[in-house]
Amino acid sequence: MTHNTQPWRWCSTMLLLTLACVWLGLMTGSEGLDTDWRWIDPIVQDIRWPRTLGAWLAGALLGLAGALAQGLFRNPLADPYLLGSASGAGLGVAAALAVVSWGGSVLSPGLAWAQPWVWRLGLTGCAFVGAWGAVLLTLLLARGAHHSLRLLLSGVVVGVVLGAVTSLLMVAVPQAWPVMQSFLLGSTAMIGMPSVVLMAWVLVPSLCVSLAMARWLDGLRLGEDTARSLGLPIGLLRWVLIGVLALCTATSVAQAGLIAFVGLVAPHLVRSRAALQHGPLLLLSAAMGGLLLCAADVLARACMAPRELPVGILTAVLGGGYLLWRLHQRPSRGAP
Amino acid sequence: MSGTHWGLQARALHVAFDGYPVLHGVDVTFVQGSWTSVVGPNGAGKTTLLKALAGLLPAAGEVDILGRARKGMAAQARAQQLAWLGQSTDGDDEVCAGDAVMLGRLPHQRWWHGPSAQDHAVVQTVMGQTQCWDLRHRPLGRLSGGQRQRVLLARALAVQAPVLLMDEPLAHLDMPHQVDWLATVRGLVAQGVTVVSVMHELSLALRADHMLVMDDGRVAHQGRCGDPQTHAALRQVFDNRLSVQQLDGHWVSMPDERAVSSPS
Repeated sequence: MTHNTQPWRWCSTMLLLTLACVWLGLMTGSEGLDTDWRWIDPIVQDIRWPRTLGAWLAGALLGLAGALAQGLFRNPLADPYLLGSASGAGLGVAAALAVVSWGGSVLSPGLAWAQPWVWRLGLTGCAFVGAWGAVLLTLLLARGAHHSLRLLLSGVVVGVVLGAVTSLLMVAVPQAWPVMQSFLLGSTAMIGMPSVVLMAWVLVPSLCVSLAMARWLDGLRLGEDTARSLGLPIGLLRWVLIGVLALCTATSVAQAGLIAFVGLVAPHLVRSRAALQHGPLLLLSAAMGGLLLCAADVLARACMAPRELPVGILTAVLGGGYLLWRLHQRPSRGAP
Repeated sequence: MSGTHWGLQARALHVAFDGYPVLHGVDVTFVQGSWTSVVGPNGAGKTTLLKALAGLLPAAGEVDILGRARKGMAAQARAQQLAWLGQSTDGDDEVCAGDAVMLGRLPHQRWWHGPSAQDHAVVQTVMGQTQCWDLRHRPLGRLSGGQRQRVLLARALAVQAPVLLMDEPLAHLDMPHQVDWLATVRGLVAQGVTVVSVMHELSLALRADHMLVMDDGRVAHQGRCGDPQTHAALRQVFDNRLSVQQLDGHWVSMPDERAVSSPS
């Protein structure tokens, strides 16, 4: 029985694994595992600690966004990527980088004005505009969220087209290429303390809003008509949660780049353990997303040391493999 | 009003899908504390009528619930007055049966409050009524069609609304559970609930107090189930291919091939 696993045992296992991953994250340096590390070491405090924490936060944002998307669109395949929001956020970041690198060479060499704070906030803002626009475009093309297949197909189309525009930008502004490359591949190498604080500031209110609306998401599970007949404000729910979804995706993409599959796999992993209401599901999906990206980050840094694998590549391979396995396991039940 | 109270009233209901009219100005009234079955051929607009009455479709016209205009009611107040059960195609396979039934209590809860002890008691009662209490920990995806239907039925009953609309409530139910359903509806009607159900099985539909016969988006007839005029309307909308006869004091419908024109 995969269902009815004792929840406390399972939650504590997750917590222990997360702590272990954070520990390993603090231990893993550019030379691989560093057993002789100390907390007071500036490398640990200024680089490894924010990076590990950032990986967890970026993953948690993606996990939450994925669980929201799957609940809101009542589709187990919905995730920040398939709705086009991640590509939109990527385009927003790319456009900002392109403008700055182009403007930087023309206007103010060295970009001395760009404080890390301003810089991170600006990137996140651009990513948010991109993500929000992409979801709206997807919904417009799909003529609403009622038709799941049309929604997913529109999301794929929007994702591909926006990805192409991003590539076009890179060709047009070759100066931005080195920075943009790490964004497109997904990497935690750029995360510093300002990013960590920003992500935490987005994650906490997003979780609060999502949890406050969790019961309405539960109401949606028997279909939109039933939810409406129960008097739930479906329109409000949809707009607010699409906003939260876009904000979470954008914040994560602006700090760690395009990291595939975490948003899709985290809620699936949680649901494969227990049939949950949306309250615990959203919370645990965020925790699971954090754990997954944290673990993937440690692996990406350690497995080819001293070289570093972009973590986005690792999550794509592992996440894709996991989904294929799930599909293969449950062929008769239709949707994974 | 001469002593009769209307549970539900609709005037000039018009519904169109993409400019295609599906309901052409339907006027219907349902007596409070009675059970009306809605019958008619495929595509007559039965499901659409039920959704329009529940306010789930953009429709022109007016609907009064227990004498109050539906338009002026807040969504939650309306949800407490009128419960709707759709055809069970929709639904998340992973939701637990007990949680699904508890959703029926949402109209009675403030959004920041969880279910109260009373809500739990109601859920246990209605799941007992439809004999699915033992299934409460099972996800919907692991239930048979009939078990699932009983859970969804319990969900609609859990609202405890004075007006209950059900679309094909007997789909997938075996005979013992169909009989249980009849008893449940009788009990609700005795408590003053107005029940409207779209029915496929005509002999079961004839057990209702009133029958609404629909054809092509219009009301062909509305009358008592024992009334010969109702039987005539029924025969007419089904192309005279059935006959209505009395058996053991109940009206039953039987297929009648005599009117089938032989191929020439």
